Amino acid sequence: MSAFRDSVESLIPSLRRYARALTRDADIADDLVQDTLVRALRSEKLFIGGDLRSWLYTILTNLNRNRRRSLARRPHMTELFDNNPDASGTEAEGRDIARALAALVEDQRSVLLLVMLEGLSYREVAEIQSVPIGTVMSRLARARAHVKAYLEGTRPALRSVK
Amino acid sequence: MTHPPMPVTEDELHAYIDNELPAERRGDVEAWLAGHPDDAARVQSWRAMAELLHARYDSVADEAVPKRLEIEQLVRQPRPWIYGAMAASLLAFVAGGSVGWLAHGAAASPSTFQHFTGDALDAHRLYVVEVRHPVEVAGSERAHLQAWLSKRVGYEIKAPELDGTGLKLVGGRLLPGPEAPAAFFMYESGNGERYTLYTSRAATGTTQMRYASQDKDGALFWADKGVGYVLSGPTDKDRLNQVARQVYDQTEKVGG
Repeated sequence: MSAFRDSVESLIPSLRRYARALTRDADIADDLVQDTLVRALRSEKLFIGGDLRSWLYTILTNLNRNRRRSLARRPHMTELFDNNPDASGTEAEGRDIARALAALVEDQRSVLLLVMLEGLSYREVAEIQSVPIGTVMSRLARARAHVKAYLEGTRPALRSVK
Repeated sequence: MTHPPMPVTEDELHAYIDNELPAERRGDVEAWLAGHPDDAARVQSWRAMAELLHARYDSVADEAVPKRLEIEQLVRQPRPWIYGAMAASLLAFVAGGSVGWLAHGAAASPSTFQHFTGDALDAHRLYVVEVRHPVEVAGSERAHLQAWLSKRVGYEIKAPELDGTGLKLVGGRLLPGPEAPAAFFMYESGNGERYTLYTSRAATGTTQMRYASQDKDGALFWADKGVGYVLSGPTDKDRLNQVARQVYDQTEKVGG
């Protein structure tokens, strides 16, 4: 295998972690990772140095944005009966942090996860999202404030996704 | 410290815990936090948040990588068109394609419900407004309709009798489904309410009923032994559930 492919392969576990936290659905997350990898491998010859990790996170972030756009007109599924314990499809463990993430707008969730979970720098995140560093910092600050309030049960007026 | 440090900003607090702060400023921030318990508590809560995230999601990175994500597999296979398939499923009944969104072996994932139910709701909305041609085969030809649709969907399907809930069979038609052809039945009540039943093979075993709504329409999805069903109608959940139970009781013996 080429060095490029080896490097891509070594990043798969982190990409899966990010995708899972971003989408909170194991199947959708792995679909995203799969499509990210396919795109990256297809573009192998186009990749001329630079940070492979940031590039893969960029592809994944963009694919997820496209996915959400295409799903925007899909119906939102809810449980028919609230007391149905195994129908939720989410893992019971760590539900609170997952729910807190779900309440964030997409760009804030992405910034929060890239910085706090994946350990990327502000500059890298700015490049991934194609925004100035100041925007990354304000998104991060808002995301942290929302998640903190959510976990503490104070539930701020969260901005709805438009 | 020989002079009082400059006040620390919110941005600097974030930069401090994210290791983005210039080294020469770290001491100032630490001194500030020692004298500002509110800020210190906030910084601490962000650290706890990071721990929660890692506790919840690091296990994903430790899992064995699924076979379909192995580089060797991906290099060998042509592009899977995952997102193409998603877009195509929106067009499925227009273009007549049956693109296998489920072909990669998803179990009863939320996306299965969403795609199946989305297709069914699209069909529901498209045809319930039809006055003259809501169906291809009228309910008066029930036997013919059932035989034809059973043959096309690949399992025995009977249009349920819903007279007990005040609904009369208008008729049915054949539609492309997410994976395989779908049978579509329309029912009407005395006051003009229309319900539709959409059924097709689904890569899903048996599931509980799930409710979805979009605009003025509600839908109940369930799957039984590899066959998916969506009952769509007005958003009255109780009424929809009542009708769905009738359908369920009559279809459970023929599924699969």
